Amino acid sequence: MGKTLFEKIWDQHIVKTITDGPSVLYIDKHLIHEVTSPQAFAGIEKRGLQIFRPEQIVATADHNVPTLNQHLPIKEELSRVQVDTLIANCTNHNISLYGLGHPYQGIVHVIGPELGITQPGMTIVCGDSHTSTHGAFGAIAFGIGTSEVEMVFATQCLLQTKPKQMRINVDGDLKPGVLSKDIVLYILSKISASGATGFAVEYAGSTIRNLSMEARMTVCNMSIEMGARCGLIAPDDTTFEYMHGKKFAPAGLDWVSALQKWETLYSDDNAVFDEEVNIDAADIPTMITYGTNPGMSMAINGLVPSDTTMDEKDRASFIKAMNYMGIKPGAAIKGQKIDYVFIGSCTNSRIEDLRLVADFVRGRHKADDVEVWVVPGSKQVEQQAIEEGIDKIFEAAGFQLRQPGCSACLGMNEDKIPAGKYCISTSNRNFEGRQGAGARTLLASPLSAAAAALTGRVTDVSELSNKN
Amino acid sequence: MSKNKIDIIQSTFVPLNIENIDTDQIIPARFLKGTTRDGFGKNLFRDWRYEDDDELKPKASFVLNVPSYHGKILVAGANFGCGSSREHAAWAILDAGFTAVVSSFFADIFKNNALNNGVLPVTVSEAFLQKIFMQNSNALLTISLEKQTLTIDGTGDSESFYINPYKKECLLNGYDDIDYLLSIKEDIINYETHPA
Ligand code: SF4
Repeated sequence: MGKTLFEKIWDQHIVKTITDGPSVLYIDKHLIHEVTSPQAFAGIEKRGLQIFRPEQIVATADHNVPTLNQHLPIKEELSRVQVDTLIANCTNHNISLYGLGHPYQGIVHVIGPELGITQPGMTIVCGDSHTSTHGAFGAIAFGIGTSEVEMVFATQCLLQTKPKQMRINVDGDLKPGVLSKDIVLYILSKISASGATGFAVEYAGSTIRNLSMEARMTVCNMSIEMGARCGLIAPDDTTFEYMHGKKFAPAGLDWVSALQKWETLYSDDNAVFDEEVNIDAADIPTMITYGTNPGMSMAINGLVPSDTTMDEKDRASFIKAMNYMGIKPGAAIKGQKIDYVFIGSCTNSRIEDLRLVADFVRGRHKADDVEVWVVPGSKQVEQQAIEEGIDKIFEAAGFQLRQPGCSACLGMNEDKIPAGKYCISTSNRNFEGRQGAGARTLLASPLSAAAAALTGRVTDVSELSNKN
Repeated sequence: MSKNKIDIIQSTFVPLNIENIDTDQIIPARFLKGTTRDGFGKNLFRDWRYEDDDELKPKASFVLNVPSYHGKILVAGANFGCGSSREHAAWAILDAGFTAVVSSFFADIFKNNALNNGVLPVTVSEAFLQKIFMQNSNALLTISLEKQTLTIDGTGDSESFYINPYKKECLLNGYDDIDYLLSIKEDIINYETHPA
């Protein structure tokens, strides 16, 4: 029997399997940040242990950092203590830290790929659920809790049960204006926010093959929103071209032998998937969420479901979500007034996202009563944007280009959306209070977010595409 | 670091009949700034619990504020713990006095985080879950880890649940994964020198 891509990588990383129990999985790369690591460092110290393989760990500060005036000390005391604790822990344990002020600092899932730390065939973990992003390179990458961070610190291993295998095939050409964010929101609308729980998901098909690495990362990033353990895409020439020459990617002869290995990373023809989902790219519209989990998404031109046909059990949580959102069942979402636009997060803050938005808004201006934040995923993205003059385009459009970090994705740092306000956001979660207590989030692609910035309302981007 | 041993949990329960409760609801991100594992319980379900983010204004209708509901068992709708990997969610639940969570479906990372902190996630059928929700506030539930059963004491209704045998051993004996992983360090070093 053939193996899936996931199984090939999994099998190569098994140290040992416990009878009737989980397997001991070896971890190649461990990424850490300030929020989910302090208790793990404390745990190691309490046990009197050393970090087993500090050279396989990379740290950054992203969740809790301000995105303005990063040269100044962090104002909020608890945030500052957390970031300082990370610095002290990395120094004490000899861990590479790309913290505030470092030219490589940024969101952990943006810097891993852009530095070539993320590589095909690896096992990668981080105390953050969107670690699934790195699967775009053909790696097994998943989020872990702090106790598991401690396990990896102590032994470079985790106890894991093998997930089931799912393949989602997307084939054909996308309609104009439809981006990878729309693909993944469409998948979520079909299979729901728990549709892939217990599975590793491989994305395949011609549409996926034709996506850039940035776009593939957007898709894999949101695997966790379906409940999946991880998402992955077989590496190919697009992957290798992206990686070639990256700071920590193999070089010279090492590159040649790495390529040989990476080229074996695909699902065999006779590999068995527990479930397969087939999607025709032509069916995918530009998407937006209307509720309080990412599965509650729909075509931007569509109507919110009506509660009259739902069974009693689903109805209660649907009505709760609609009340929170201040949106009427059965209503249109196009035309909904927007107060904030957030273009950022590990889902859509890469240079390609910024270029796309800049191209679209060049020579135009935002609506008067919206606030627009563009938050680059990393220092390198920020730098590149400045070199390409993207900062000037944003300035002219009234978009504020801020400094790298998770920003308004999670309502933890200073960037929060006020209660009751509507934010169209390129991030990945529309949970109640995710962007700040009482904040109302509509998830969409960077183009749809940019279109809303120009009109102050939810807008179908195709209606704005022809500049006059 | 051994955890508390778990075997039989007999208690009243707190019902939270809502599906897709994500970890941002269990504990909002702005309360993740701690650098220790303690003190998260007071912010459990923070935004559902208080008006205007004010501890002096508990929302009377929210179940944690209803005095007749209390106990060591939290019973919640399907897909409990989806979203972020924050272990703070499990810490908050433990810190608030719960040692078991019952649902018809758990998100993966939450389930692991709970197990790693000695909080037992118990998965029952949707029908049985609804039966529990129909009980009144002084009904007792008994969870036996050894027998892998959950029983509604008053009615005698019982259902068995699955738990990985390795994890069961760990919980019954208070072992944790690090103890085990450290004990096979030689295998790990061996793997590093001769990868599979
Ligand atoms: S950008 Fe948002 S989703 Fe991504 S790592 Fe930061 S907080 Fe998590």
